[in-house]
Amino acid sequence: MRTREQLIFEHSHPGRGATDQWPHDLGPESIADLPAKLRRTRRPLLPEVGELEAVRHFTRLSQLNFSIDTHFYPLGSCTMKYNPRACNEYAMLPEFLARHPLAPESHGQGFLTCMYELQEMLKEVSGMQAVALSPMAGAHGEFAGVAMIRAYHRSRADLARNEIIVPEAAHGTNPATATMCGCVVREIPVNAEGDVDVEALKAAVGPNTAGIMLTNPSTLGVFERRIEEVARIVHAAGGLLYYDGANLNAILGKVRPGDMGFDVIHMNLHKTFSTPHGGGGPGAGAVGVSARLQPFLPIPLVGKQGERYRWLAEKDLPQSIGRLSGFMGNAGVLLRAYIYMRMLGREGMRQVGEYATLNANYLLKRLTEQGFDAAYPSRRASHEFIITLKRQARECNVTAMDFAKRLLDHGFHAPTTYFPLLVPECLLIEPTETEGKDVLDAFAAAMARIQKEAEQEPERLRSAPHTMPVRRLDDVRAAKQLDLTWKPTAQS
Amino acid sequence: MAFIPHTAADVEAMLAAIGVASIEELFDEIPAALRVKSLAGIPDAMNEMEIGRLMNERARADGRPLCFIGAGAYEHHIPAAVWAITTRGEFYSAYTPYQAEASQGTLQLMYEYQTMIASLTGMEVANASLYDGASAVAEASLMAVRLNRKSKSQRILVPSTVHPHYRKVAVATASNQGLRFEELPYCTDEGCTPAGALAKYDGEDIAALVIQQPNFFGRLEDVDALTDWAHARGVPVIAVVNPTSLALLKPPGEWGNKGADIAVGEGQPLGVPLSCGGPYFGFMTTRMEYVRQMPGRIAGRTLDVNGREGFTLTLQAREQHIRRARATSNICTNQGLLMTAATIYMSLMGPQGLERTAAVSHARTCELVAGLTRLQGVRAAFKGPCFHEAVVVLDRPVAPVLQALANRGILGGLDLSEYYPELGPALLVCATETKTAADIDRCVAALGECLQSARHAPHRRPARLAQDRR
Repeated sequence: MRTREQLIFEHSHPGRGATDQWPHDLGPESIADLPAKLRRTRRPLLPEVGELEAVRHFTRLSQLNFSIDTHFYPLGSCTMKYNPRACNEYAMLPEFLARHPLAPESHGQGFLTCMYELQEMLKEVSGMQAVALSPMAGAHGEFAGVAMIRAYHRSRADLARNEIIVPEAAHGTNPATATMCGCVVREIPVNAEGDVDVEALKAAVGPNTAGIMLTNPSTLGVFERRIEEVARIVHAAGGLLYYDGANLNAILGKVRPGDMGFDVIHMNLHKTFSTPHGGGGPGAGAVGVSARLQPFLPIPLVGKQGERYRWLAEKDLPQSIGRLSGFMGNAGVLLRAYIYMRMLGREGMRQVGEYATLNANYLLKRLTEQGFDAAYPSRRASHEFIITLKRQARECNVTAMDFAKRLLDHGFHAPTTYFPLLVPECLLIEPTETEGKDVLDAFAAAMARIQKEAEQEPERLRSAPHTMPVRRLDDVRAAKQLDLTWKPTAQS
Repeated sequence: MAFIPHTAADVEAMLAAIGVASIEELFDEIPAALRVKSLAGIPDAMNEMEIGRLMNERARADGRPLCFIGAGAYEHHIPAAVWAITTRGEFYSAYTPYQAEASQGTLQLMYEYQTMIASLTGMEVANASLYDGASAVAEASLMAVRLNRKSKSQRILVPSTVHPHYRKVAVATASNQGLRFEELPYCTDEGCTPAGALAKYDGEDIAALVIQQPNFFGRLEDVDALTDWAHARGVPVIAVVNPTSLALLKPPGEWGNKGADIAVGEGQPLGVPLSCGGPYFGFMTTRMEYVRQMPGRIAGRTLDVNGREGFTLTLQAREQHIRRARATSNICTNQGLLMTAATIYMSLMGPQGLERTAAVSHARTCELVAGLTRLQGVRAAFKGPCFHEAVVVLDRPVAPVLQALANRGILGGLDLSEYYPELGPALLVCATETKTAADIDRCVAALGECLQSARHAPHRRPARLAQDRR
């Protein structure tokens, strides 16, 4: 891989610019009416570079990244499947790109048709009664879901219900979301087999229970086998069930959250429905609900009137939890998800769940054959599984972090490390269905080589990576000596 | 087939290795009663050629009318290089940069973005973006409450001249945590927030004051007076700003005597197309002393074990994956791809290009308003300077006029009658540097015709107008 690149500010020269991109100068008279006391007096620190310099700089930066397009990226819980180019191509048709969010419905039926059909398809795969598309990320969808649960209880004057039950292995966004909704978090343990401790759940539910947030398959990579019982216990206590859809890829086309008894779900369109991760976003966290939560859905949604589509807003849903997005959410992401789902079709959905599960179980088998320890050896893998390196930590004094960094040298992005917190020195590995057997074999072989190195030359792991643009970075220094923006030196 | 590469031989070998006879066996832990039989409601698969044809049909049906709507989403020229680079696989299909050594491209770009947006807003530090401008206002309100320890009230003052959707999103997001948003009235002659609107809050416990500049009407608020009023009472100021305007207007860091405390806004004008409303990105900047209360991802520069410079996510102890229930926010994602586009855009435009864009947009809006208000039945709503957006008042309901214009391929502006009924038949119009003098003439002429024909021959209104009337 190439070595690092200077900052764009270090390429800057006063007076340079991509002048072909600038509008023509209309002179100072064009802004003479702006009051002097409101005018900016010092130019902002933006680069002054020519177009080629800028293009070269950012192209070279891109070449410092691992990505799905360049590397196997088995990040557990993130579902790093191929992002089909067609999704980008057709979501970025000029008419869609040019459309203003507040343009009239009469001139947006093409777009609205796609949105309505997306709502319908998401209802079908999730087994829910209604879907809203505006939450802009998974955590945002979680917020909408928990807010709807609260709104539901309040509408029934059931005001004491402010506790959200969360398994200890839950993703951090779950308890953070509960807090954002003004709820109190109650954690319950998970047993040694990876299932929620049902006895602990029975003790935890009561008149204060607003609901429970669950992922299924869970964050431990295994199916919650007693889910029907869990649903009965929580419902009987008057609570609702929230489904975190982060792991939907495992069961797409095979099981539907609505059928498992969930009242509200969010789906990560940037995971299961392959919209691009973009270096950290944008996502989309569509929410689905059962009939009793339908009145509370966030607006806007798309409705159908005869053969035409229109926006449903506050007037149509007076009990809505409200507007969560400046406009209607991440429209371009939603279009990509729509295109992907249309390409998959009915059979494709089912194949996703099947092959994601096949790949995970195969890779799990190859790794355990090499001597790695599965965290839940008696369980089937879902679309992902956990390997624990606690034995290697004890015997060779190497950590999951060391393995992860050494994998980079082998040309693989590391799996998720140290999540879930429950399993020590863990790697959470999710191959996804778009990887072939040969890639999985190569990954298993690399892991075996690293294991050997851990036994014979552990220092190579502890000081990895060796071949990346930078070596291991000092995080402590980063947090203690905060350097968060470039500052020009006295001379520049 | 769902982008799945396996051959039958592959599957056979894999099943044999696992020790099962079929893929179905891998689902044997799932109760049979829960298994889906078929997703009857999902249509058949389409190949790429077929979906391409369908999407092209739908796009063509929507067409590309000439757009004079602003209201929080602005059409600006986007250099071709911006999205050519942003959609490179290495940016497009990369994940959040948790493995820093494998993500130096994204991390360095974040650092460069943080530098640019902090400077543009006149502040000291930035995060690497939030979902959008509206949710950024909500997050800023929550942050201000955390910062303002002297205040117990959790009351946030928000002028009614702040974007109506932003106000709604703030309430929907933050009221569950006890925040109360109180609206400040505006002056219907001037279209901005008078000092008098704040007077009644003198001596009260206020957690924060929000100020939008330019405001939703495009009018320029007296940001110095409002900021100083708040600071004199120990009230933090949240600035909501348009990033293009900051090439010409005084940035929030220089408002009043001490500067705003938190600056947020919608980043869409910086290289992000209108795209039906999203994805956009929210920016947030603040003072260094508040950085630990700022939500969202932050990239920092540090050294590696060889003493070489590198970049990494930092101050992660604020975030959900560490603090869980005690995190500053539940936010996990940022709008990475949009932040990437904005950084490339700002680099290509530079300070001069952004200044020109702002100046020409302002000039075009002035020309548009001048042309429209020369028409009989159209007048300017407010006295006083605007920036690149303005309100005009018609002599009749706006909706049918807008529909008539739309039928001629022109989106004339945003009907304000539902948002601000006290203004009467008011229309918010915007012209950016993308509009030529000919475009403006066409809009003015079309509006003139719509008003004329209705005025002189109301009984001969085309049938379509009557049908489409709301």
